[in-house]
Amino acid sequence: MPKVYVFVTLKPSLLDSAGRTVADSLNSLGYNEVAGARIGKLIELEIDNPSEERIKQMCDRLLANPVIEDYRFEVVG
Amino acid sequence: MGLNDFEYGRILELLGREPTLTELGMFAVMWSEHCGYKYSRPVLAYFKKYKEAMEGEGLENAGIVDIGDGLGITMKIESHNHPSAVEPHQGAATGVGGIIRDILTMGARPIASLNSLRFGPIRDGEEDASIVERNRYLFEHVVEGIGRYGNCVGVPTVGGEVVFDRRYSGNPLVNAMCVGLLRLDEVTTAAAAGVGNPVIYLGSATGKDGIHGATFASDALGEDSEEKRPNVQIGDPFAEKLLIEATLEALKTGAIVAIQDMGAAGLTCSTIEMASKGGVGMKVNLDHVPMRENDMTGYELMLSESQERMLAVAANGREHEVIDIFRKWGLKAEVIGHVSEGNTEVTRHGVVEASVPAALLTDHCPTYTPEAVVPDYYRSAVAFDISTLPVAEPHGALLKLLSSPNIASKRWVFRQYDQQVQTQTVILPGGGDAAVLAPRGTTKGISVCVDGNGRQVYFDPYVGGQLAVCEAARNVACTGARPVAVTDGLNYGNPQRPHVYWQFRESVKGIADACETMGTPVISGNVSFYNESELGEVLPTPLVGMLGVLDDSSKAVGIAPTSESGSIFLVSVMSVEVRQGGLGATEFLHEVHGIDNGVPTAPDVEGERRLCDFLVLAASSGNLEFAHDLSDGGLAVAAAEVALAGECGLNLQVSHQVRQDSLLFGEVPGRVLIGMTEEDSGIRESAERHGLTFEAIGTWSRRASTLTINETSWTLDHLRSAYENSIPSIMAG
Repeated sequence: MPKVYVFVTLKPSLLDSAGRTVADSLNSLGYNEVAGARIGKLIELEIDNPSEERIKQMCDRLLANPVIEDYRFEVVG
Repeated sequence: MGLNDFEYGRILELLGREPTLTELGMFAVMWSEHCGYKYSRPVLAYFKKYKEAMEGEGLENAGIVDIGDGLGITMKIESHNHPSAVEPHQGAATGVGGIIRDILTMGARPIASLNSLRFGPIRDGEEDASIVERNRYLFEHVVEGIGRYGNCVGVPTVGGEVVFDRRYSGNPLVNAMCVGLLRLDEVTTAAAAGVGNPVIYLGSATGKDGIHGATFASDALGEDSEEKRPNVQIGDPFAEKLLIEATLEALKTGAIVAIQDMGAAGLTCSTIEMASKGGVGMKVNLDHVPMRENDMTGYELMLSESQERMLAVAANGREHEVIDIFRKWGLKAEVIGHVSEGNTEVTRHGVVEASVPAALLTDHCPTYTPEAVVPDYYRSAVAFDISTLPVAEPHGALLKLLSSPNIASKRWVFRQYDQQVQTQTVILPGGGDAAVLAPRGTTKGISVCVDGNGRQVYFDPYVGGQLAVCEAARNVACTGARPVAVTDGLNYGNPQRPHVYWQFRESVKGIADACETMGTPVISGNVSFYNESELGEVLPTPLVGMLGVLDDSSKAVGIAPTSESGSIFLVSVMSVEVRQGGLGATEFLHEVHGIDNGVPTAPDVEGERRLCDFLVLAASSGNLEFAHDLSDGGLAVAAAEVALAGECGLNLQVSHQVRQDSLLFGEVPGRVLIGMTEEDSGIRESAERHGLTFEAIGTWSRRASTLTINETSWTLDHLRSAYENSIPSIMAG
């Protein structure tokens, strides 16, 4: 069955406190080349006959919060 | 940007030239209703303390109540309605965070949060399915946002209220209140002083979020609200917790001259207000502001509403004491400028982007007094006649009322909140008519609640305003606390509509007059206009946050009887002239008859004050088992709430000359149920001395499992299932 990978990330200008914590922690471990980190999530869906239109709907209605998050997806197989 | 042609003309006149883009943005936010109060200032002058403060030394120190033992309480309520309508979780969360910082910058430790929420109907069938679904979504995520932020930041959420009405569909109201405790000798100021003193930026870095939030909050929400989305901010409660600890520690050094929260309108508001209050200027170099993105313009930096930031002025040469403390807590701390004479000047990349006298932005905001017109609906509400209403069947009517989301148990809401962190909470949500806290360092207790009834205010704004004050005072007095001060949250539609301005003006007058009689000055507050969308405008919703003081927190009284059995008394203010059988503008009329009409009964505020005095005395005797005021749903609902809270049966026999539904469900103000194991003649005499009616109306017993009022009985199981299951089953559906 084809897989759909949905990537959800916070919109670029919004504060990502988890990402900030990761960047700060990497710096304190000595990885000073890290200037920033943003954390998102990956959602793997198994969909028979994936339709782009319907995946968009799923993202807008449930998988992402379009007010504060962006998303993109890839269909594999 | 939110400025009209007249206001733009005024800016040209004041500056004597065209403003720069950054200056224009600064005027727009400072002259928005949110910061400039341009439609409300003339009406707010009804509040005596506000008027005195505006004419005298400013609002700041007006907001502190001396509770003795060298301690003071400060409190404030603030709306976050527009952001919550767009992004409920973050909107509500950042509302909680903002009000906590307001309290913190007075030098107080935030000890309690409360909230007052309004949503459209959440039951299927009350409106179109898509609207009901959206209302449930907003309700669920606002509560979650408040819970998460409050729980992470370590300030207990001890009380609040939630009301549903179709006139809040599309326009939820989210008002957050915070209470802080401070030592009276450690009060801080926001007035910048001392030319040459360094200005320090503190907290989290600035990003491009929430640009122009304050002007956004001063606009009606329309179809294009989607495009307003970049205005949303994301809060970080853990950063806020660090900010609380760092700020309180830094204030102790004495190196801080002045400090203010960067809330609405961010750097603009904090630099301009601090300079204006101190009668000085500030020279700020924006290149030193910590940024999340380096390409930010001066305009963006001045208008960003990124969260968890503050601005401080330190004593010259002592800035490192402050900076070291903030850095120790992992927060940013940078000197970005200094206090100066003359204009407040903002530079970015070597270019002066704004140079204005601060007072132009704070003191020259135009004010408006729009036309007020009494709407037709008011006349028909006054003429509403209950004699044509059939008398409702009482058994079913009470169960219906108890399962109405407005009356039903809010356990689903408050179980999501941490009520106990800091371990000072004595009476928890659901346990009393108001929350009670026992701050360490004193035997005194403080009691807090927030109350408002938009329906009553809509139908009779003046009376509705009075009722809100009386209800809130009664609630804290039921716990045994003397009501001492009020903070108000004023939420309305567009004030340029004549009936809205009438609702606003009359309800504020009602609150101000009642506070005067009650002896509870309004010490702080917030105005939110333009709460309307394509679905219409909100009910006029002024909220009263009340503070009460108990001499001994161990004597606090809840609503649940604790002993096996005892006697119940109804204490009432005598001289109330009942209108429309007490049924006008009630929950009963709405739920049982599907009617939204009629006017509420006006309180006798002087009598209410005596009732509060009586309750405080009675509680201090230690003989009160419980006290609970009659509010939404009248006597029957109040009795059911006592029975359910104490898990005991009640048998009440009440003599009356009114129709049965008036007796059971009428909302006549000035009435309280109290319980004692046996009648204490001292308490009866005290009630009579206070000019109150004191009637023995029945008994409670833990061995009984029914509520009986005159000839009608309900089993506790029926009552409980109606009361407890309502909201959980709606939200699970």
